[in-house]
Amino acid sequence: MKSLRKFMDKIKPHFQEGGKLAKLESVYDGMETFLFTPNTTSRSGVHIHDSNDMKRTMITVVVALLPCLLFAMYNTGFQHFKAIGIDASFWQMFLFGLLAMLPVIVVSYVVGLGIEFIGAQIHHKEIQEGFLVTGILIPLIVPINTPLWMTAVATAFAVIFAKEIFGGTGMNIFNVALITRAFLFFAYPSEMSGDKAFVKLDSAFGYGGGNVVDGFSGATPLGEVATNFDNFSTSTMDAFIGLIPGSPGETSMIAILIGASILLFTGIASWRVMLSVFAGGLAMGALAHSLATPTYPASMLDPLAQLCFGGFAFAAVFMATDPVTGARTKIGQYIYGFLIGVFAILIRVYNGGYPEGAMLAVLLMNAFAPLIDYCVVQANINRRLKRAKAK
Amino acid sequence: MALIKLKKGFDLNLKGQIKQENVADEVTATTYAIIPDDFTGIIPRMEKKPGQHVAAGEALYHDKNDEKIKVTSPVSGTVEDVVRGERRKIMAVVVTPDNTGDGKLFDTRANPKELLLESGLWAMIRQRPYDIVPTTEVRPRDIFITAFDSAPLAPSLKKVLGDDEKYLPKAVEVLSTMTDGKVYLGCPKDYTIDDTRAEVNTFVGPHPAGNAGVQAANVKPVNKGEVVWTLDVITAARIGKLFETGKVDYSTVVALTGSGIAEPTYVKATMGCSLKSLLDGRLVEDDKPKRIIAGNVLTGVKETTEGYLHAPYRHITVINEINKKDEFMGWASLSPKKYSIYRVFTSWLMGRHKEVDLDAKLNGGERAIVLSGEYDRMLPMDIYAEFLIKAIISFDIDKMEQLGIYEVAPEDFALAEFADTSKLELQRIVREGLDKMRAEMC
Repeated sequence: MKSLRKFMDKIKPHFQEGGKLAKLESVYDGMETFLFTPNTTSRSGVHIHDSNDMKRTMITVVVALLPCLLFAMYNTGFQHFKAIGIDASFWQMFLFGLLAMLPVIVVSYVVGLGIEFIGAQIHHKEIQEGFLVTGILIPLIVPINTPLWMTAVATAFAVIFAKEIFGGTGMNIFNVALITRAFLFFAYPSEMSGDKAFVKLDSAFGYGGGNVVDGFSGATPLGEVATNFDNFSTSTMDAFIGLIPGSPGETSMIAILIGASILLFTGIASWRVMLSVFAGGLAMGALAHSLATPTYPASMLDPLAQLCFGGFAFAAVFMATDPVTGARTKIGQYIYGFLIGVFAILIRVYNGGYPEGAMLAVLLMNAFAPLIDYCVVQANINRRLKRAKAK
Repeated sequence: MALIKLKKGFDLNLKGQIKQENVADEVTATTYAIIPDDFTGIIPRMEKKPGQHVAAGEALYHDKNDEKIKVTSPVSGTVEDVVRGERRKIMAVVVTPDNTGDGKLFDTRANPKELLLESGLWAMIRQRPYDIVPTTEVRPRDIFITAFDSAPLAPSLKKVLGDDEKYLPKAVEVLSTMTDGKVYLGCPKDYTIDDTRAEVNTFVGPHPAGNAGVQAANVKPVNKGEVVWTLDVITAARIGKLFETGKVDYSTVVALTGSGIAEPTYVKATMGCSLKSLLDGRLVEDDKPKRIIAGNVLTGVKETTEGYLHAPYRHITVINEINKKDEFMGWASLSPKKYSIYRVFTSWLMGRHKEVDLDAKLNGGERAIVLSGEYDRMLPMDIYAEFLIKAIISFDIDKMEQLGIYEVAPEDFALAEFADTSKLELQRIVREGLDKMRAEMC
């Protein structure tokens, strides 16, 4: 490590003002703080600080996403070989998934971090860590067959227009990863839904690939429910395990629950939000189920199935709990979460245009989160005013 | 007597706690000093010039805006120096003691308020709003005295008080004449002072339960237009002693704590004592640079061995500046030595209340506020801390007022500042907010 430290010290002058590479100052700074915890000590105020910082917080979320990522890779391979009717081993499936997903991960990080680096340099600020999480979320929620250039365009759009123009990490109103997906969803609807989007059929870097077997349908369970309910056969257990078509990260309830437990145990995510999203989903699911009608086939699903299918659980655990775009007061978090759950199922069941509503529900509530907080804080203000008058 | 349970906050268990019971002999220093910055709200105008003689309890300077508020010398001796900083701001007033032991004798039959002002003990009290030395024209609604210091490694005030506890009834009697409301006394569970006429509340819970302001917020919060005073039992006992004996006694017991002190201990000393004499031979001898803090690790002031014991504190903490330099990829560390109150590091396996040796490192860069509820869980008041901080940063006077800026002092945010993932300087933000607010309102 000493030699690395020496090397970093040696090249440092080039990146400082007046140096040859002064334009890359933020990049150097980002690298340096990435490699070595800064030796800065407190100047004013408290003399000791908790070891937890933004880097650790974000990396913890990334770790919580790893089970989903690994399962996504496996499932991508599983679906692929199932579709072309070849018996493949676990490792073959995983390798295929890895090769299929790697380009998406690379594109997401290169585009997103690239823009962050440029933004940081323009504003002469330190590079913020927010995109570490967004960058891994994007490959998990974008359908696997989305062309890479679309992912790149959508990521760039989201980072610039949903984040940087608001002031960067911590200032955005809408969840950046979901804006990426929403952009894709509305800009390229034909590529983003239907039977072709969710199962990769062609080869990945020349690996895999083959002809589709008869009777193959790449539709997600919710897509099937919406279009072909009579032949719907996926059980809730299948959805719980997750070997079904869908956006890469969202299929396995097991992987999501492992991630959820990491987030809750470390205290990074708010259990209030998570719990109330599920409560809201259950409540709305139960209501819809009690009024089940073939006009709205999704209402035939029982409430528990509603939670396991589609992106609901993934959104509840990883999207709704984004503290920046969510409600920040405790009471607000209950309301915010509950309404996300309700809206997700409401859209899913009663809006024929969208077989899945989790993304739109979270984005909608992102817009309302400040209002919810405003009301909660206003109650505190009123209490204070009342107290002052009562004396 | 009421029992008030506070849930929010945190008790940090730092290395360097005092193990022995006995108090070391009095340290006599060659110089003593008063640091004007400790008396927030007072702009000093000197009454004594260098070379002049001053008696213990005699004024060194008064407030430029209100001559009646005086800050007095802790010892009898000669004014050695008036240290000035940028733009001739007075940084310290240094006094060389002549060890005569003669303090100024006050007439205890005088008007209590005049006597408090004249003796300099007035300047040891704080008022809310603004966390400043009380202004003379306003009568406080209530007075809150705290009987314990809950900060990390803080001395037991019972120990510091010692025999002087007997002056507390007199102090409460005197303070009662200053307010139309009540004098409240906040006690910890294991130390109840019940022979005064103050209204006693027992506080159970982690730091900052011992902050008088936190106690006030949980007994009777400060509303707009109201003023309360806050002080601790040490200042209260000094007030009692003044009215019984006619003399101001600035002698005290100081706790020397922290991982940088070889043998943490209590020492007898006098307010303003030079740190060189206090710490002589007591520091751990190793090659790591030390950070000497006058006060506790949360609210104390960074000092050097050339510094002095600051007036509001009976506490010195010494920690390492940096325990481990150039830590490689610290954010990925699995080491249980990385202490966090969150379970993001493996240190939670050892227990969050295990004794830890923390250094002065920031452990990260300053960021926008991301995680929610971080400040609220450290502040046992009915205040939305994060929203208040944001209102202060944007200097929205109406919002600050509505969100309760009158109820808070920087010290209340110290623990939140420790825990803050975004590494914001909350105490500085609150201090500046209070100052700007005061400039705007007065």
